[in-house]
Amino acid sequence: MKEKTQRVGEVTEAATTGFTAQCYQLYELPPLGSLVKTQNDGLCIYGIVCNAVTAGIEPGRRPIARGKDETEQEAVYKSSPQLEKLLRSEFEVLAVGHKDGESICQYLPPNPARIHSFVYLCSDDEVKEFGQSLGFINILLNAAISTPHEELIAACLRWMSRVQPDSHAFLVNAGKQLATLLSGDYNRLRAVLERIK
Amino acid sequence: MTQQQNDRLGIIVAGSLNKGVEVRLDSTTSVEDMVVGRYVTIEGQKQRFFGMINDVSLGVTDPRLTLTPPDTADPFITEVLAGTSTYGQLQVMPYLTMTTMGEEQEPKPVKTVPSHFSAVKLAQDSDIELVFGKEDKERFFIGNPLDMEVKLCLNLPEFAKRSNGIFGKSGTGKTFLTRMLLIGMLQKGACVNLVFDMHSEYGWAGTSEKGRTVKAMKQLFPSRVAVFTLDEENSQRRGVSTDFVVKIGYDEIEAEDMSLLRQTLNLTEQAVEAVYTLRRRFGKDWISRTLKMDDSEDTKDILSQLNIHESTFQNLKRGLNTLQRLPFIEPHAKTPAVDKIIANLNTGVNVVLEFGRYRDTTAYILVANLLTRRIYDRYRDGTEKAMAEGVAAPTPLVITIEEAHKFLNPEVSRQTIFGIIAREMRKYNVSLLVIDQRPSGIDEEVMSQLGTKITCLLDNERDRDSVLAGVSGKNELKSVLAKLAAKQQALIFGHAVPMPVAFVPREYGSAASYKSFMETAADEDEQAAKDIEELWD
Repeated sequence: MKEKTQRVGEVTEAATTGFTAQCYQLYELPPLGSLVKTQNDGLCIYGIVCNAVTAGIEPGRRPIARGKDETEQEAVYKSSPQLEKLLRSEFEVLAVGHKDGESICQYLPPNPARIHSFVYLCSDDEVKEFGQSLGFINILLNAAISTPHEELIAACLRWMSRVQPDSHAFLVNAGKQLATLLSGDYNRLRAVLERIK
Repeated sequence: MTQQQNDRLGIIVAGSLNKGVEVRLDSTTSVEDMVVGRYVTIEGQKQRFFGMINDVSLGVTDPRLTLTPPDTADPFITEVLAGTSTYGQLQVMPYLTMTTMGEEQEPKPVKTVPSHFSAVKLAQDSDIELVFGKEDKERFFIGNPLDMEVKLCLNLPEFAKRSNGIFGKSGTGKTFLTRMLLIGMLQKGACVNLVFDMHSEYGWAGTSEKGRTVKAMKQLFPSRVAVFTLDEENSQRRGVSTDFVVKIGYDEIEAEDMSLLRQTLNLTEQAVEAVYTLRRRFGKDWISRTLKMDDSEDTKDILSQLNIHESTFQNLKRGLNTLQRLPFIEPHAKTPAVDKIIANLNTGVNVVLEFGRYRDTTAYILVANLLTRRIYDRYRDGTEKAMAEGVAAPTPLVITIEEAHKFLNPEVSRQTIFGIIAREMRKYNVSLLVIDQRPSGIDEEVMSQLGTKITCLLDNERDRDSVLAGVSGKNELKSVLAKLAAKQQALIFGHAVPMPVAFVPREYGSAASYKSFMETAADEDEQAAKDIEELWD
């Protein structure tokens, strides 16, 4: 577990509902469902990593298979060091809250993040503080994203529960919040609960 | 967490004044801890409400949950779903309200419902005391509300003002309940009791279901109870010291008594008519003279004069012969039992009339009806005189009758004195304590006049309907009544209690219980002595 805030990338595309960031190193992506933040002029935007992609820099140039003569897959990168520069890892972040001054608000920020803002992985203490309120679950549930909502919510709750003093109580509490939000859709609720137990 | 917030059970989510309110239980409250008949308080915005749990049910937010139930082996999922997707529900009937503003908190009948999401809590001991009062010189401790330790008290002078009923199927504890109430009335009721004790249970000693003997009124309060008996031999054999042996003279039996006995003596309508004719003809001695009539020509002449058919006469005579065979019936009784009973009642002594071996209905109906009618007449005269002359009216009298449906069934209730007493209520300071196991057999009109009803378990649907007829929230109370334990649980509702309450009657039969009965009596005597002393100071 990382104690200090760790820089994981830089914003390359931003909208009110979230942003996309590129990693400095290929494959050094924050995990799905982890809490990240980016800061500009006193406005700190919190987001949940909801998708990650690694692809070629140029949209028209797709990578080709290179390991035919190699025995180990790591050797592909060693023999073609240019790959690190031709590929890039990007992750999408869903904005779930912001901090304007002292308190954390679990609703969308007034402004989107700026391009080239640095993105940090939140420290354990920050995750703990953010997890004290569960208003963000509603944003995750209604977000227009390609990742299945159940998977994202489950991943996020698992990530947050690891730093809570009583992770079981945290998950039960979050489960109850979900049960209220999904009161008319038991099958979705069950899908999430089965992934966080 | 929530449990510690003054035992909050849940919140009001829906409801109406007629049908009661719906309470959604908090996830911390186990639905299995909720019991029908328990007493709850609802904290409304402006008022506090008191109500009783009438029904407990389970709810789900999504019907799919019941179609594909979750894996119950997983405690996590169960824990999450409890109180959210699956929840417990209570149906609560509010009965009383109290404004929370100001010091004075007088419970009033409910006229509205608590607002949405008002918190519901289990009633505390202090709430019960507020509603039913504490034990004092008028209130008598009758038992504990279901699942509570607090003493439930009944205002006995208020209770004794109306006719009351105790119901319950055989073996549910009616007799124990009655004995306890009689003792209560003796101590605090400001009234005297006359008990027609069919099974010799109230005077000297009674028996419990397990065959154990328990002390009855005379043993506990020898100076305030007189035991009369119809069957001296039986009383002596049981070692009961009796105060008077009741004998009934032929001349005391009136035509009205015979009409009541029509069913038990198997008399025809015509035979009953003949009784009135014979009474007119022969006067007070009509029974002895009728019995003396043989098959002679004279008899035929008299019968034809009176327009009585031969077969009718034979039918009547057979009935009179049955009466004659009752050993306590004599051609002429030396001291009329009525005088003796009245004398005792006037000095504040309670009278228990034991029937000994004569438990058959003929004896019971005849004696109870005959004595009561005369006593009632005296009371009526006494009360009217008191009203005219402005002197004190006779002490209120409570007459206890068992197997009440025999006196109060729709066919005879208009003729028997008990029917009249039940209807006229307390005008003449006489009221009834009706004990019965088939309340459906009692005339509806009489049932509706009963002030307070205490009922133990009743199995029969018609009996339950009849007991609860005319009570608001009848259907809800019915479910409480149906779920009472087979023994030692009762539901009380009506005039003397501010709201219905299910309770476990006070213990009776152990040395400690006798002592507690005696202690309250002693305390009151002391208090009375103190009051008198203070008057002199």
